[in-house]
Amino acid sequence: MANITRLRVNGTLHAVSADPETSLLAILRDFLGLTGTKYGCGEGQCGACTVLLNGRPRRSCLTPLGSVASQEVITIEGLERHGRLHPVQEAFLTEGALQCGYCTSGMILAGVALLQSNANPSEQEIAQAMEGNICRCGTYPRIMAAIQHAARQTKESRR
Amino acid sequence: MSGPADFPLPIEPERYEFRAAPVHHFDLRRRDFFKFLGAGMLVVSIWKEAPAAQEGVLTGPPFAGPPLPKEISAWLHIGEQGVATVYTGKVEIGQNIRTSLSQAVAEELHYPLDQIRLVMGDTLLTPYDMGTFGSRTTPTMNLQLRRVSAAARGILLQMAAARWNADAAHLSATAGRITDPATRRSISYAELVEGQQITQTIPAEDPLLSASQWTVEGQPIPKVDGRDFVTGKHRYPSDQSLPGMLHGKILRPPSFGATLISAEDLPADMASHVTFVRDGDFVGVAAESEQLASQAIASIHAAWKEQPQPSSAELFAYLKNNPVELKGFEGASRYEIGAVDRDMASADHRLTQTYTVSYIAHAPLEPRAALAQWTGDSLTVWTGTQRPFAVRTELAQAFHIPDGNVRVLMPDMGSGYGGKHTGECAVEAARLARAAGRPVKLVWTREEEFTWAYFRPAGLIEVSAGVRTGGAIAAWSFANYNSGGAGIRTSYDIPSQRIVFQPTRYPLRQGSYRALAATANHFARESFMDELAHAAKMDPLAFRLQNLKDARLRAVFQAAADKFGWGATPAPGHGFGIGGGFEKGGNVASCAEVAVDAATGAVRVVRVTTAFECGAVVNPDGLRNQIEGAILMGLGGALFEAIHFENGRILNPRFSQYRVSRFSDVPAIETVILDRRDLPSAGAGETPLVGLAPAIGNAIFQTTGIRLRSLPMVPSGIPKT
Repeated sequence: MANITRLRVNGTLHAVSADPETSLLAILRDFLGLTGTKYGCGEGQCGACTVLLNGRPRRSCLTPLGSVASQEVITIEGLERHGRLHPVQEAFLTEGALQCGYCTSGMILAGVALLQSNANPSEQEIAQAMEGNICRCGTYPRIMAAIQHAARQTKESRR
Repeated sequence: MSGPADFPLPIEPERYEFRAAPVHHFDLRRRDFFKFLGAGMLVVSIWKEAPAAQEGVLTGPPFAGPPLPKEISAWLHIGEQGVATVYTGKVEIGQNIRTSLSQAVAEELHYPLDQIRLVMGDTLLTPYDMGTFGSRTTPTMNLQLRRVSAAARGILLQMAAARWNADAAHLSATAGRITDPATRRSISYAELVEGQQITQTIPAEDPLLSASQWTVEGQPIPKVDGRDFVTGKHRYPSDQSLPGMLHGKILRPPSFGATLISAEDLPADMASHVTFVRDGDFVGVAAESEQLASQAIASIHAAWKEQPQPSSAELFAYLKNNPVELKGFEGASRYEIGAVDRDMASADHRLTQTYTVSYIAHAPLEPRAALAQWTGDSLTVWTGTQRPFAVRTELAQAFHIPDGNVRVLMPDMGSGYGGKHTGECAVEAARLARAAGRPVKLVWTREEEFTWAYFRPAGLIEVSAGVRTGGAIAAWSFANYNSGGAGIRTSYDIPSQRIVFQPTRYPLRQGSYRALAATANHFARESFMDELAHAAKMDPLAFRLQNLKDARLRAVFQAAADKFGWGATPAPGHGFGIGGGFEKGGNVASCAEVAVDAATGAVRVVRVTTAFECGAVVNPDGLRNQIEGAILMGLGGALFEAIHFENGRILNPRFSQYRVSRFSDVPAIETVILDRRDLPSAGAGETPLVGLAPAIGNAIFQTTGIRLRSLPMVPSGIPKT
């Protein structure tokens, strides 16, 4: 049953011995110890388990391990570079865009993905792109502000 | 977990849980404490109103020997390394209390914020606490920590004075150092306590800095450990793990109250490597992976005996027709002044209406989770709960061991909203771990969390009032069935009032919730005030102010109305509404603008202005965050959240079937904070929610003429008439 699947997570190549039907979420959390990616619903409705798969947002709870062989996964643990936070992480702190923080990993990764395809999203565009991410604490306005803040920072740093 | 319809014992904490605390023991003696903490100084804080606040009995000085009396609220240790560690039984669930309590310590200890650590909700290390709910942390623990910190600073000043043979009154304490301005000598707190084992118990009432002198409190300090949350480093209860840990799974009954007739053992190929437990109605497994545990549960053939139960279609008739007579605190409450029947009869306008609120779910994004480990007869459980000490007792009782054998730790969790007062998941994980002889982690699925937790009580509210020509309310009658007594009293000045809370039988397991019954009672009262205003042909704000003397509540109504632009004419298809009240020490008023699509009946909340006053504001940005969050959470319950159930089954136990607020629901939000530094600080996590639903309903009425008297108001748009 178990066979070896290779995948790259946050730049490190892993060979995982597990049933290919196992969810990527369980692999990240239980096999690789990357618990920053969260379980929220198991049906792709809340976004807490969002990771980047080849740069695109993906619900890891609905993604079987076998489908991501040899691919590139980025989790919340992989955004920080050389002790420096990603601008979206930084912006979440600046805007105080969290309460309990359980949705935060998924929100940040969804925001990072959005900014890659739209460098300057409007509130409406953020709402559209992130409608599948739930923050039960209701910090949505701050998350929108954080993503726009990160967009401005990124633009300035590119100048 | 048996069918509550046959066992009418509500668990709403405001009515029941305060007195539910058992006797607690605490075995850590003073010497053990220093062994654990290292040398330094320990200051112990005593509750100001111990019996009322913690229902404790004053049984002598602390550390005189076990059990440790419950009048102890917190302790503070300053170690040789210069870290000030504060121990409190309160827990962090997203309300950012770790930050605001740290501010309290920094303020009074005169210590750098980044050198302060809070150990929270660990039943071995922190003093007993009945739980984090009811917006009680800021009004109680903030004060306690200020007191203990102020006392610690006083002791340090004395120590420095003794060392320098100086007068303590002439020394100053700043940023963790004591300085003698005359000699320019200076010493850090850490150096002062080096090699020492000093303990001091402070009296309940020490002088405190008045809020007008605050420099750290009152500031918008960001979440103290925010970086751990944006990097995924923070470990929530569901993220905990131990070497050799197994994953648990529980076989759930098909409906509430079902009893197990039979359950076959696991198939042989699984039995060899999966732990299987059948104990009464409890059936569960533990396995190397969650996937394997799920497969094992799915392979079990079980037969259950079910019982017929009421369904959501008949909910409100059921509540109305099933009052129960209970004694004392659990029983009905009744408040009556004046002559209601006489004044009702003589009024110029009379109105009677019925309002209802549905069952709704807390749906914290992190479901219940627990990791349990046995060492002999001692049990350690990491779990997400608002009441670690109550969960400790639940565990001790479940396994027939003393409280002292159980340690519960509560890592900052993925929220609760009043939904995690209980320890089901902890008990289940511990039962599996006992059988497996290895640590077991159990994380409830979303469906389990929606089904096997508990719900905000549904309710039916009957209101009548008599109004005199000119707008004075003469008589008021208000009866709440089942949903609860929080916020049931009116702040309006009405000479004759009859206000009743009537407990009933109820079909679902129900308990605490953010703002709990105050949401239902404010929805009914403030919607009905709007109905009365229209009956009296008065502006809804003017009608309220005419019947209201309370200056604090008037101030928030006025502030919200001013900021919102009350009195302007809404755009076509738009409506304005207002609602507010007083609850848990805070005053709130919300104005809402809604847009109703005439063709589809779709309702959109365009704009919300909320004015809030909760005394002296400890952290204005944290407060704003709470107000905004309360608006977004309240929006769901106001517009579309409802639990549907039939014969003991939840019909919509998923996020795809139970709609919560999402990004597209976000209105433009304005908050007005009235900072009253002359008043004690009240909690703020709940009350900002209560004015919203009536404000929205009143706005819908203004533009459509349709009065919606049930929460949720528009689960599928404006009802077709």
